[in-house]
Formats: sequence, C-alpha cells, structure tokens
Amino acid sequence: MSNVWEYFRDHQDDVLSWTWTTVWLAAVPLVVGLLLALPLGWLANRHRWSYPPLVTAAGLLYTVPSLVLFLVLPGILGTKILDTLNVAVALTVYTFALLVRTVADGLNSVEQQTLAAADAMGYTSRQRFFGVQLPLAVPVIGAGLRVAAVSNVSLISVASIIGVPQLGSLFIIGNTNSQLTPILLGLILIVALALVFDVVILGGIRLLTPWRRA
Amino acid sequence: MIRFEAVTKRYPDGTVAVDSLDLTAPSGQITVLVGPSGCGKTTSLRMINRMIEPTAGRIWLDDRDTAAVAPHELRRGIGYVIQHAGLFPHRTVVDNVATVPVLLGASRREARKKALGLLDLVGLPAHFADRYPAQLSGGQQQRVGVARALAADPPVMLMDEPFSAVDPVVRDQLQNEFLRLQGELGKTIVFVTHDIDEAIKLGDQVAVLRVGGVLAQLAPPGELLARPADSFVAGFVGRDRGYRALGFTAAGELPLRDERPVALGSVATGTDEPWALVVDADNRPLGWVVVPSGGALTVTEAALNLGGTLAPTGGSLRAALDAALSSPSGRGVVVHEDGTLAGTVTASEVLARIEAGRAAATP
Repeated sequence: MSNVWEYFRDHQDDVLSWTWTTVWLAAVPLVVGLLLALPLGWLANRHRWSYPPLVTAAGLLYTVPSLVLFLVLPGILGTKILDTLNVAVALTVYTFALLVRTVADGLNSVEQQTLAAADAMGYTSRQRFFGVQLPLAVPVIGAGLRVAAVSNVSLISVASIIGVPQLGSLFIIGNTNSQLTPILLGLILIVALALVFDVVILGGIRLLTPWRRA
Repeated sequence: MIRFEAVTKRYPDGTVAVDSLDLTAPSGQITVLVGPSGCGKTTSLRMINRMIEPTAGRIWLDDRDTAAVAPHELRRGIGYVIQHAGLFPHRTVVDNVATVPVLLGASRREARKKALGLLDLVGLPAHFADRYPAQLSGGQQQRVGVARALAADPPVMLMDEPFSAVDPVVRDQLQNEFLRLQGELGKTIVFVTHDIDEAIKLGDQVAVLRVGGVLAQLAPPGELLARPADSFVAGFVGRDRGYRALGFTAAGELPLRDERPVALGSVATGTDEPWALVVDADNRPLGWVVVPSGGALTVTEAALNLGGTLAPTGGSLRAALDAALSSPSGRGVVVHEDGTLAGTVTASEVLARIEAGRAAATP
C-alpha cells in the first residue's frame, strides 16, 4: 500500500488531472442523459403503445459495445479520435439508454388514484407532471441514476484504449511497464469515485423525498 | 344547483354506463347517487367535473354549461373527495389542504394559514399539519381529504365513496361530522355510495340507479323507504325498511312515565318492580339493575345491565321504539338534550303513537 501512496505522490499532477477528467466525464453525461431520457420516458408512460418500441430501442442502444461507440462517434460527430467529447457523448448515450426505461417505470409507479386526485383538484397536465408525478417518481428514477453513475465511472476506463487520458490510463501504464502499483492506484481511485457518486446521488434522493423518511 | 339534461355515456365498445339521465341536485342539499356496481353512479359523478366526458346531453352548474368551461378551471371551483382520500404522499397534510388555493394563485403562506383553519374545522389537531399522509390513519386521511376539498370554499362538492374504506365505527363518526359540517356550510353536494344505509342517513334526496345507468327513483329517504317505485328499488332498499322508515318520523311529545331512579353506590330496596334505573350524580341514566322484591342491593357498576339504548326527547320514532325494545325492563329511557333523564316509554306506547300517526295520514 505504501507503494501506491508513493506512486500517487510521484505522479500527483497527472493523477489529479486524470481524476478530474474522470469526474466530469461521468457527471456531465449523467445529467445530460437524464434530461434527454425524461421526455422519452414521459412519452413511453403517457402513451402505452409507445412503451415497448421505445424501451426496446433504448435497450438495444445499451448493448452496443463501448469501444465501437468510441471509434464510430468521431465519424458521426466530426470530432478527432482523441477528443474527450467522444467519450462524453458515448456515456451520454448509455445513460440515456439506461434511463428511458427507468423514467417510464418511475412515472408509472405513481398511483393512478393520486394522479386522478391531481386532475380533480384542477391541475393542468404540465402542473400535474412537475408537481405530482415527477416528484413521486424520484425514488425509482434515482435508483436508476445510481446504477448509471457507477456504470459510467467504470466504462470511462475503456477510453484509455483509444488514448483519452483519464484514470483508466493508469491501467495502460501498469500493463505497458508490467507494474502492479499504478493498476492498484487506478482501481482504488475508480472504486472511490464510484462510491462518491453513489453517496452524492443518494443524498440528493433523500433531500428530494423527505416524505419517505416520515 | 347541478342539472343533468339527458346525459348519456357510451363507451367505444358499446357499453352504456349512463343512459339519458335527467337529474337535478338542488343547491345547499346532499344528493346521494346509490346503486349496485355498474349502475354508472361514479361515471355520473365524474362527468360533473369532466373527469369523464359525456357522449350526449348537457350538465349545467347553475346557469353554466360545464362543457363550455376549461376542465382545470371547472375543477378548481368544485371540491372533490376521492375514495381512500387520494392525498399527495409527498406533501405534508397542510400542503395537501392548501393545494387548490395555491393553484388559484394564493400565496403559499396565505394558503397554509387557511389550511390550518380547515384542519381545525374537520377535527384534526394542529400538530398534524406537518405530518405526511402515510403517518395518518385511514379515517384521519379522509378528514384531510375533506379539508382539501373545502379549501377553496367551493359551492359544489363531489364525494366518491369517501367513507367506504374505513372501519364501521370510524365511518359512523365521519358521517355524523360530515352532517354537522354540512349543517354549517350548506354546500351543494353530490355523494356516491353503494351503501343504501349511508345513502339514507346522509341524503336530503337519494337517486337509486340501476345497472346500465338508468334512474330508478329519486326521492327523499323517508319516501324511498315508504314508497319504493318498483321491485328493484324495494329489493335494493332492503329488509327492515318499515322499521328504518321510523327514523324519518319525529316521535313528537311522548307520554313519558316517571321513574324513581336509584343513585350509583346507594342501597336500593326491592319493590314489586324488579328493574330499577340507575343514574349518576347529575341524573344521567347509566343502566338498569335487578333489585329482588323485599330485598336490598348496593348498586355497583358491575351490577349494571347496559343493554338499553337512549332516545333523545324530540328524536325519531325509531329511536324511541329502539330504546323500549332494547331496555331489559321494557321501559325505554328518554333523555333531555343535556343527557339527564326525562322519563321512560314502553314499546306499546310508541306503537300506539305510530298507529295514531298512520290513522291521521290516511284520508
């Protein structure tokens, strides 16, 4: 373990900058993916016929191997192969694919009776969605978000193969130099980062759902 | 006033839920829609606030055609109490009650202040305000549901089986408080239930619907019991209707006999009449004891027979008759409004009163 600490001290500048890259590469796609999944999840919930095709399509999107996506996106986006934007977009696609179903199921988890009550009180459909249905879907959507966050953090390291510098680079270095220490350091930081994301999202969910602790 | 004008609801598969319904719910009164499942009572209710759109016909709210008003605006002016209360689980009790005033543009602070007043009105202590619905019992949730429906002071209230999900004791209590509240507020209420006893207890008028959404009879409850329009209504109104109808006839001035009550804790001496009425220090009846002829008995609480019901002076014939029938001595106890003893009456005396009333009513 002391080796790991030493390695970290010796390569502090690189490792910290890679950590930050990993943080924003995980965080931004999470937020953007959620924002994109909300309208589609809403659609899949609002019109039942659209649920199977939308959720199936999203599921298929998720099965595209990340490496393929990293390699294909530059062609679609017109970016350079080493651009971190490729990674950000790929992870956004995965988050989105994962959350379409979660958002639809979350909205569907709200009791019909509660929605009928909102209608009867005189909510417009927009007021009902933002004031009643979405807040009550937070526990389900939040659970999906936690899965997506952890999956993002671990997926990022794959980007090392195409040469985007982030924490996964430690694995490449370890592999090239036959050193265990950088691999260990990378593993520790990635797991720690995943935990931090999880705790932050969990905290957010608790903040948004005071009624569940009552 | 709410007026149904030849209202029909037909679903795309051909099912007719409501068939050319004509019905008027007068202002300031409770109109109960009652009938078996599939009679279209809830559909009719939900067509009033356009939760369901009629296929044909019109529904008028005073002189407004409801079809001409935007649904959300229409609904904000109509209180709605849903089965199982349907409270918003993510909002506190006070915020649930404040819902409609906030939708109507009141400030949150103003709406909360009003909501606290309403909680008091429906008999919930103020410290419930910051709880969440899941922390309340079914009966308490239903009170919050009523408070929420009243929050914007709508002239019209729709109630969809509001008391059916609570146990019988709580239901009875909620019904009584509902009647007291209506006595104060005088709303125009349409109330849906499948329970004929509830309909008869609460309704100023009762509309009995049959399967397929056809109005079988519209009448005040007393008339419904006394003169069912057809065999369906007679069957639906059910057994004991002769007895239950007595609940809608005032007993009037009954020939009360004086009792010589004994006080709790005193020693009673036996007379020819074995049953003695026991009262507390304020002359309120507690129960009956048997004092053996020629003997003596210390009157304890354990010795009390509590079988008899109490009839209020100025109550119904049903209450008076029931007091007499349920009393172990055969003498029904009648009490003043403050609970003190007025006297007793026997079943034959009540029956004589019923017969006399019938003779007077027959031409």
